[in-house]
Amino acid sequence: MGEGKDIDLLAAAIVIGITNGAFIALIALGYTLVYGIIELINFAHGDLFMLGTFACLTTLTILGFGTEVGIAGTPWLALVIAMLVAMAFCGGLNVLAERIAYRPLRKAPRLAPLISAIGVSFIFINIGLFWQGPTPRRFPDLLPQYDFLSQFFGLHTLVRFTVKDLFVLSLAVPLMLGLAWVIQNTRMGKAMRAVAQDSEMALQMGIDVNRVIAFTFLLGGLLAGAASLMYGLYNNNTVFTLGFTAGLKAFTAAVLGGIGNVSGAALGGFVLGLLASLTVTYFGGQWENVGVFSLLVIILVFRPTGLLGQIQGDRA
Amino acid sequence: MPILEVQDVHTYYGNIEALKGISLKVEQGEIVTLIGSNGAGKTTTLRTIAGVLRPRRGTVRMDSSDLTKTPANQIVRLGIAHSPEGRRIFARMTVRENLEMGAFARGAANIADDYERVYTLFPRIKERLKQRAGTLSGGEQQMLAIGRALMARPKLLLLDEPSMGLAPVLVELVFQTIKEINAQGMTVLLVEQNAHMALTIANRGYVLQTGKIVLSDTAKALASNEMVRKAYLGED
Repeated sequence: MGEGKDIDLLAAAIVIGITNGAFIALIALGYTLVYGIIELINFAHGDLFMLGTFACLTTLTILGFGTEVGIAGTPWLALVIAMLVAMAFCGGLNVLAERIAYRPLRKAPRLAPLISAIGVSFIFINIGLFWQGPTPRRFPDLLPQYDFLSQFFGLHTLVRFTVKDLFVLSLAVPLMLGLAWVIQNTRMGKAMRAVAQDSEMALQMGIDVNRVIAFTFLLGGLLAGAASLMYGLYNNNTVFTLGFTAGLKAFTAAVLGGIGNVSGAALGGFVLGLLASLTVTYFGGQWENVGVFSLLVIILVFRPTGLLGQIQGDRA
Repeated sequence: MPILEVQDVHTYYGNIEALKGISLKVEQGEIVTLIGSNGAGKTTTLRTIAGVLRPRRGTVRMDSSDLTKTPANQIVRLGIAHSPEGRRIFARMTVRENLEMGAFARGAANIADDYERVYTLFPRIKERLKQRAGTLSGGEQQMLAIGRALMARPKLLLLDEPSMGLAPVLVELVFQTIKEINAQGMTVLLVEQNAHMALTIANRGYVLQTGKIVLSDTAKALASNEMVRKAYLGED
């Protein structure tokens, strides 16, 4: 193997890592938003994402694209519909879970909502099991098999940058920027930041804190819903246990970036995606989680607040 | 008719009765001060009025509404704004955003005048609009907390320990400003440890001791009252 091949391998791993990082980041944002506002680790969030992939699958099946056999071209309209359905479904379900399982425990000791979140996680997993059964389901491969580097630029390289990668990044990045914009500039976004910093003072400003919290769960759900379509189309499979691994990775990414910090979650997602992909490329798939979680341990030992974590103390 | 009427309020922390039947009135245009030592219940009284704490018994009337039955986030809409103990500005938001939050209940419409009013009262705030509020000095944070409360255009301003932790020259400035705000027509209920300063600017005062009002009079009379002089003004 020459030197060119080594660099190719590295570049290929980086592209895969960035794309995978995008889903992880979108899910991680759901963890960090909720943690930032009510200091709850929403254990059910990964499972919400899993249900999102099922919602996509069911929608695509109803629209006649459950299996890609005999389809010429990509049914873009169906994909847009599936994504909107998944976003609405995950957003709505997350708001519902907050209303039923977390809000009544708002004044309870910190452990109570945490246990409640684990309960919601089990409920979601079992809904998934009931919905699509215990075996992995094939997710239709509806995007064109077009690689820009070899087919458009005529490069002979291991690196692939396909329509799939472009699809994921061109959706995920604007969604993240959109989220940042909402938080920074809208009335609701400012109210979110106020509640996150001092919910009692936010009440005194006239902010309806419960509504702001529900809105936060809505945002997290919308992002998980969008991520679920991207994941399905990229990986072409899903299973009812998907939420556990996806959720654990995303949670790790959120902690890595500094839980509660929105840019941190996005950064953490990409760092984690890259690290996972590099570990797989150079050490083999069985080492992926070892690499990921070793990094988590190292970060937490040397920088417990995460990469971009806030220094606590101003009654954050 | 008084603008605020607190009647026989009992507030508890768990099973500890912090307020043992507080009654007080604030008339339109007054500065009324609550003085007393640490733990007497001054802050608890303000927090009960602001709706953060709920009394077990008693009523807090503002116009025709009973504040003890009003959701906490609606109280500012009835015309009460609270500049709390310890300032509690939103440290990670900008100074400008803090002021904006103060006007949250009023929506975004016609708040330009209110910004200008705050800038006139506190020129130093205007110089720091884009800064994170947490980076302000203690005095500036206090000004911001008062400014934020004024942004709600309240009928009644609750001020809790505005002099706490400030250098004497800043204390002077803050009290000057409170007088100025009052001269513009704002009714103020002021809680202070610095009884001397508070009685200088107030019209009337109440003295609290372990959750009860033990004395109420005009500020002038309180300042010359022997018990007050000994206990709160540090004179023998």
